[in-house]
Formats: sequence, structure tokens, C-alpha cells
Amino acid sequence: MANANTNHKIASPAVIQVNNLNAHYGKVQILKNINLCLEQGNILVIMGGSGSGKSTLMKHLLALKKPSSGQVLIEGSDINKINAKALAKQRMRMGVAFQGGALLSSLTVGENIKLPLHHHHKLDAKTIDIMTRLKLDLMNLGGAEHLMPSQLSGGMLKRAGLARAVIQDPKLLFFDEPSAGLDPVTSVELDQLILKLRSAMSMSIVVVTHDLDSAFTIADKITILNEGEIIITGTVDEIKQCADERVQNLIHRKARNNQVDGDKFLKHLTTGMQ
Amino acid sequence: MSYQKSQFKQFQVLHLTGEVDLSNSAKMRGCLLELLDTGKNVLIDFTNLIYLDSSGIATLIEALSLAKEKQLELAIVGANGAPLQVLELTRLNQVFTLYDNFDEVDSE
Repeated sequence: MANANTNHKIASPAVIQVNNLNAHYGKVQILKNINLCLEQGNILVIMGGSGSGKSTLMKHLLALKKPSSGQVLIEGSDINKINAKALAKQRMRMGVAFQGGALLSSLTVGENIKLPLHHHHKLDAKTIDIMTRLKLDLMNLGGAEHLMPSQLSGGMLKRAGLARAVIQDPKLLFFDEPSAGLDPVTSVELDQLILKLRSAMSMSIVVVTHDLDSAFTIADKITILNEGEIIITGTVDEIKQCADERVQNLIHRKARNNQVDGDKFLKHLTTGMQ
Repeated sequence: MSYQKSQFKQFQVLHLTGEVDLSNSAKMRGCLLELLDTGKNVLIDFTNLIYLDSSGIATLIEALSLAKEKQLELAIVGANGAPLQVLELTRLNQVFTLYDNFDEVDSE
């Protein structure tokens, strides 16, 4: 599939800069020496198999986890070193669309979307109502304002979650698995929506996904993780041309090589036994 | 964002400079409602506006709706760059009267 972003400008200051990031859960190292960069107005797609560290990386980018070592700079500030007030301010400039939409089931779609505005800003109720309808309209959800989340399809839930994520016009948007559980047509619509948000609202966007077609459609850069390490970060063309077997396996959806080193495997199965 | 008021033909003009966002759109709202209260047509000058977020857009929509109720004209002049893109994305370029510049307003 052609990359839709070939004409998009790339050379701008970094919105996210990750330097030598290492992360552990207990003694297990989850992220190993991660270095990456997201430039202003670009879309970075993070890909990798299950357990590759994608979600952990996203949690670090959102300062939900502290790294064992290394830095995460958002617009030049180390989000693990700034104080709580500065972090809260930084987070106001971020939007997060969670995998399942994460809408509150007891509120209507409209009430869910308005929530951040009521919480953080002193705006007139009319302004908030119109902003909500504008965002719903942008997500092709006009008329869904008074529905309950349980009345929405999977695709509508994702779009409603996205509407809430962008209600404050964030400069930086994180989108976790946009196409998970969606039919191909709805996935394509969501890709178009992501591109629209980037161009019209000058957002810088990080997308975590398994979906290759989607990644190749929306990404300026793709980072591929494997067992907590970055195998490659590159443009769509660079990824397609990468000779690394793990990248090619991911692109061509091949199962992981099941071959083992006999001695190592035996040691792994028997070490520590009494 | 900063603003100035002036008069141009039959219009009260609100000149906006800088960025309209969540932190100051309420100020713009107050100013627009005040202008509409005078019962005169209103022109909003976007020439020096570099950013308009959705709270600013929502404020414009509310003001336009109020202007129509009062049978007044509310138009935008000089929209360019990002604010113009946002108006186009939200299809509000089809809702508001947009003038490229004051000469165009003059020739109407």
C-alpha cells in the first residue's frame, strides 16, 4: 500500500525524544536501550509482536512508568524529572485514545467527551456543547451525543474515545491499537481520520498497532520492537527493504522460527532444578 | 491573544492577534457578545490570527447563531494559514461569510 505521507514535511523540532531508555519489571528487563524521536507534526507507529514491549514503551512516554535509566523528553522537558504541576500541565497537551475507548458506561457519549473540559477549564456550557458536537462531527459520530456507550459498535466506541482524546486539541496524541477488533473498512476510515487530525490540527501522533496496512498508510516513521529492543526505526520504504529476518517475518506475517539451539534449550529447561 | 476594536463602514470590527485557545477563548466570547449587544454588524479580523482551537471555533459558532437571531451580519475577514485550515476542516467556511481582505468588504 502506498504511503500517503510522502509530501509531508519532516524536518522540525522533536516533540518526543527518548534517550537510552531501559525498563524492568522486577528483575526482568522489558525495554533495552530504547532511542527514538518524534518530530513535530509527524506520525510515529510503534509495532511489534505480543510481549515485545510496545505497551510498556507507551506507558513510559506518558510518564505512567519510571524508567530504570534513560530519559523521555517531551518538548525538551524530561518528564521523569519535572515536578507534578509541570507534568500535569504537560499532560494537558496530550491526548490518549485507549484500545477499547475507555468511556464511562454510566455517562452518555457526549458527557464522556465533555468530561475533560468540565474538569480542567472554565468554559461556558454553550461553548462546551458546540465543541463536543464539532468533535463528534469530525469523527462521523454526529447524532451519537445522547447514546450510551453500550449502544455503540466497536468502531463507534473507538471514534468516541478518539473524540474525547482530542477534545482539548492536544499537540500530542497517543493512540493504542486503533484497528484492534475492527473490520477492514472501519480500520481504513480510522486511518483517514488520524491523517486528517494530523494535517488539520497539526498534531504529532504516536500509534501503537499490530496492523501493517494501517502502519504503512499513516506512518512517517515506524519503530519495530522485538523482545524489548528496537530492531529498526525507519520510513515505510526503509522498513520494507530491511533485510532483518524478524522484520521480514513481521511484514510477511510468518510465524517465529521454532528452531532451537539444542544445548541452550536443554540448559534452559533444566537449570535450577533440584 | 490580544484584540482591538474599530469601526469599518457599517461594521464593528474585532481585530484578533496571536492564538485563540482554551486559556483565552472566554475573553473573545465576552467581547463578541458585547459587540453583538450593540445591535451592529460585526466583522472579525483574522489577518494577524495564527492559531484558533476548537474552543475558539465554538465561540464563533455561538456568536454567529446569536447574530442570526438578531438579524445581524457576522463575517470573518483575512483568514489565512492554520485558522483558515480549521475553518475548512470543520466545513465552517461554508457557514460563515469569509472576506479575503477589507477591500473585498468595501466592494460588497
